[in-house]
Amino acid sequence: MIRQTGAVLYKELLTELRQPSRISGIFFFALALVLLVGVASPSGVVLQKMAAATLWLGLMLASTRSLDQSYQVELEHNALEGMVLWPVDPRSVYYGKALANTLMLLLVCIALTPLVLAMCDAGIEGDPLYFIALLIAGCAGLAAPGTLFGLITGQARGSSVLLPLLLFPLVVPMLLAGARGTMLVMEGGPAAEMEAPGWLRVLVVFNLLHWSLGGLFYGYIIEDG
Amino acid sequence: MAAGAAIEFQQVARRFGPRWALGGITLSVQAGEGLMLTGHNGSGKSTLLRCLATALKLHHGEIRVDGQDLWANRHSLRSRIGFLSHAGYLYDDLSGADNLRVWARLGGITADPHALLERVGLPPKRLDPVRTYSAGMRRRLALARLMLQTPSIVLLDEPYTALDADGRKLVTEIAVTLRESGATLFMATHLVAYASEACDRHITLLDGKLVGDEPLEKR
Repeated sequence: MIRQTGAVLYKELLTELRQPSRISGIFFFALALVLLVGVASPSGVVLQKMAAATLWLGLMLASTRSLDQSYQVELEHNALEGMVLWPVDPRSVYYGKALANTLMLLLVCIALTPLVLAMCDAGIEGDPLYFIALLIAGCAGLAAPGTLFGLITGQARGSSVLLPLLLFPLVVPMLLAGARGTMLVMEGGPAAEMEAPGWLRVLVVFNLLHWSLGGLFYGYIIEDG
Repeated sequence: MAAGAAIEFQQVARRFGPRWALGGITLSVQAGEGLMLTGHNGSGKSTLLRCLATALKLHHGEIRVDGQDLWANRHSLRSRIGFLSHAGYLYDDLSGADNLRVWARLGGITADPHALLERVGLPPKRLDPVRTYSAGMRRRLALARLMLQTPSIVLLDEPYTALDADGRKLVTEIAVTLRESGATLFMATHLVAYASEACDRHITLLDGKLVGDEPLEKR
């Protein structure tokens, strides 16, 4: 299973490498949103307070674009069915795709974070390791349920509309925890030291739940899809 | 190549919505046999092959491969089945060699993609993505993908589609080679003249029912 998961991940990354316009499209989509928030914000102080939320909003919307595209590639010539019949373990398909989606979101995150910090004139006053850990857990937490729901909506007409409808209500608790934790780390001080680990733990639990359930249910959905 | 597999179809039926695409097919196939499936469009040829490939679940009846229920044992039996489908199972953004590399990795297969591309008449060093290929070139690449495997059951669904005369000859050659190495072959086609070279039994379907089953005379 680990070998096949690696092979699916290799396939996903090779596809992204051969078609870099996809990842840049996702980044510019997120960037446009962040800029809009920046321009519409009433004052510098408010904007500073909104930096963490702006970053998470950009990530959330970028994730729907990224997840939707990851299934379009599979559906062009029904390659997903080809993988099942090859046969590739459905859990390997899930974990390979979810890992690739996490990496794509992390790339967007790496490009977006300095821009958001600069635009909002915000810094990271708390422990930067917590900041990084929160973002990694956030990207993984968006990718895990998104990869599962992307499979369900991918074959439906209007999948780009359906995916956020199903995904957003599910990831709201994770987004709230991520935005709150990130904001605290950005502001620093004793509150960050006391509360940020708690918010990170919420994200870790959310991830454990979704990464386990995703692997469990993916096989059933892919066979009956 | 693994030895061919004996296959039993017992009252195999499959519907799409209210319409029965297969209406109770009963058929016995010996290991190593070559079956040519013919019939008009919508007669159930592709559905039968997709059921045998385990891409579709049966709504009635069962298929047994060497005595084992195919659907119940699909996870272990799938590695014995090679399926050339209409879809081709290719990645448009990757080159032909990249596609073969990806599928080889997924199957844990060691293969030289360039040699396979040459075997099916595609330029081995071509780096442009599959989306720039013609329909015939895609079909050849899908054939190369099939040849990565060593299946004991080979399912070819309209393998001659979009191919020129050389390509059609190539398909027949590959099918004959697979048969010679012991594989059981199912080929759905309208091109009887080409397919009969590789098959020894002619099955005819009409509206999802088996209406003809006769041996093929070798020319």
